[in-house]
Amino acid sequence: MSVVRERPARRPLVPSPRRPPGPARRPTMSGVWPYLLIAPAVLGMLYLLVYPLARAVLISLQDFGLRQLILGDAHFVGFANYRTLLGDPRFWTVVRRTFLFMAVNVVLIMTLSTLVALMIERLGRRWRTAVLSALVLTWAMPVVAATTVFQWLFHSRFGIVNHTLTGLGFTSFEDYPWLAHGSAAFAILVALVVWQSVPFAAITLYSALTTVPSELYEAARLDGASAFRVLRSVTLPLVRPLFMLVLSLEVIWTFRAFVQIWVMTRGGPGDATTILPVYAVQTALAQQRYDLGSAASMLTVLLMSGVLVLYFRQMFRQEAEL
Amino acid sequence: MSTTVSARRALRRLPLHLAAGVTVLVCLFPVYWMISTAFTPNRDIQSAHPRIVPRTWTLDHFRRAVDADGFGLFWRNSLLVTLGAVLLALAVALGASFAVARMRWRGRRQFMLAVFLAQMAPWESLIIPVYIISRDTGMLDRLPTLTLVYFMMTLPFTVVVLRGFLSTIPPELEESARLDGCTRLSAFRHVALPLLAPGLMATSLFGYITAWNEFAYANFLIIKQQDHRTLPVWLSSFHNIFGTDWGATMAASTLFSLPALVVFLLLQRHVTSGFAAGAVKG
Repeated sequence: MSVVRERPARRPLVPSPRRPPGPARRPTMSGVWPYLLIAPAVLGMLYLLVYPLARAVLISLQDFGLRQLILGDAHFVGFANYRTLLGDPRFWTVVRRTFLFMAVNVVLIMTLSTLVALMIERLGRRWRTAVLSALVLTWAMPVVAATTVFQWLFHSRFGIVNHTLTGLGFTSFEDYPWLAHGSAAFAILVALVVWQSVPFAAITLYSALTTVPSELYEAARLDGASAFRVLRSVTLPLVRPLFMLVLSLEVIWTFRAFVQIWVMTRGGPGDATTILPVYAVQTALAQQRYDLGSAASMLTVLLMSGVLVLYFRQMFRQEAEL
Repeated sequence: MSTTVSARRALRRLPLHLAAGVTVLVCLFPVYWMISTAFTPNRDIQSAHPRIVPRTWTLDHFRRAVDADGFGLFWRNSLLVTLGAVLLALAVALGASFAVARMRWRGRRQFMLAVFLAQMAPWESLIIPVYIISRDTGMLDRLPTLTLVYFMMTLPFTVVVLRGFLSTIPPELEESARLDGCTRLSAFRHVALPLLAPGLMATSLFGYITAWNEFAYANFLIIKQQDHRTLPVWLSSFHNIFGTDWGATMAASTLFSLPALVVFLLLQRHVTSGFAAGAVKG
């Protein structure tokens, strides 16, 4: 998973005496070896990432339907596909829905995971282990399995959720078909995505909290700061860079909800849960409009890359600080 | 006296523990419900009053899931594709991370930048071109296509982590081995590789989970050859297989999730510290 990144290399605080600055002691290992060693990785990236991306750009500028897929006689039409998309009100509804989905998810994920992280920090050993184990277990749950389980939890007839709600007196939920109602299906998908995303964010934020030196807390307490003040003036500023990093990751990962949506609702009922990647794949593979689908994909990538730039800036700033 | 103090303390911490309890419950209930449904007899599943703890247990659902059409086949497909992708990624990443961590050459920074970028690749938006390219090259409906895609999905992460592990191993160890007459390769193999074992474990584990769970590409690249489907796709189409048999569906989900759940529980400590390391380093 692209989540966990790198063990921090132990860097000595004092420059190691064994390696004096200046020209490297060891002979520089130039020559062809390093290039031979990275060649498979570079070739892989070129063929499996750069080429598909370039091909997608190309297709989005062509007239590419089923006929062209079979005969291969696609010709260029300029930005016609983009014009079609941007002039389509349905596309704009999907864009709005994508942002709504993203905003609801990210706000919920960040709020809940911050609360959970703060809670874990205050817990005793035994409770902390229990909560961390539960989080890891949730995080390890395969996406498709979790999606299937949620479908069962919210099953209209025998689902435990409806049963519990009815038992609590909300009789309108008796046999309530969640996935048949647009906003209910949307809500279930949000619940599922949040349930699956909080563990990573919470554990990461918790580990950031543990890096705050305890002397700072003591000093603040000696100065008579209230618990809330300590949180606002000591904890949050120190955790902020990491918080921003997790935030941008979660924004980017919203698009991964493609799998949950496709398995549970395929974007339905109607269009109620269609977000951009779902729209692109539907357009391309269901309606055989590969050109329009590619154009939608490229617009998605464009949207994402804005967030991506933020993410990389934050990441390199952190790397430089270390 | 001390009992009242500790009682007061416990009372003060009650909201905290309540919140912790709710968190554990919310996290675990869906997992528990999957497993418990898988063991509950059908008449209890479809009763008007479902019980949180099943009264009687049965293995029927598991039997039906295992006997279902193609279960063994899809299990084998998933395993083959995943192992192939992970081993390939390990081999390629080992070379690349060695070059990055141990050698100085022009373009090293740019290469790492490319790797970081590749790590954030928008795979959800590349389904269409990959589908078309596979179709053009006759790679549709074939397992090696999936292996290649999963290889690329796991490669950047593997390079980054292995480079991190390698840079914690002092190069002096290999150098002294070379002074003793080892070649560069055998010095690496006998000195650095054993020390790299935890790193190799960690990366192959995460690669394994990524590839094992992948759904989108398996769904759209394997269309006509139903025999080449993988487990996630099979599970996602449970309606066609089990109909409304939720017991068997949950049994199948359990069998599919179990490897990941067990591995992560066993390695919990490493997972959380891995998060920490990854997060700090971004």
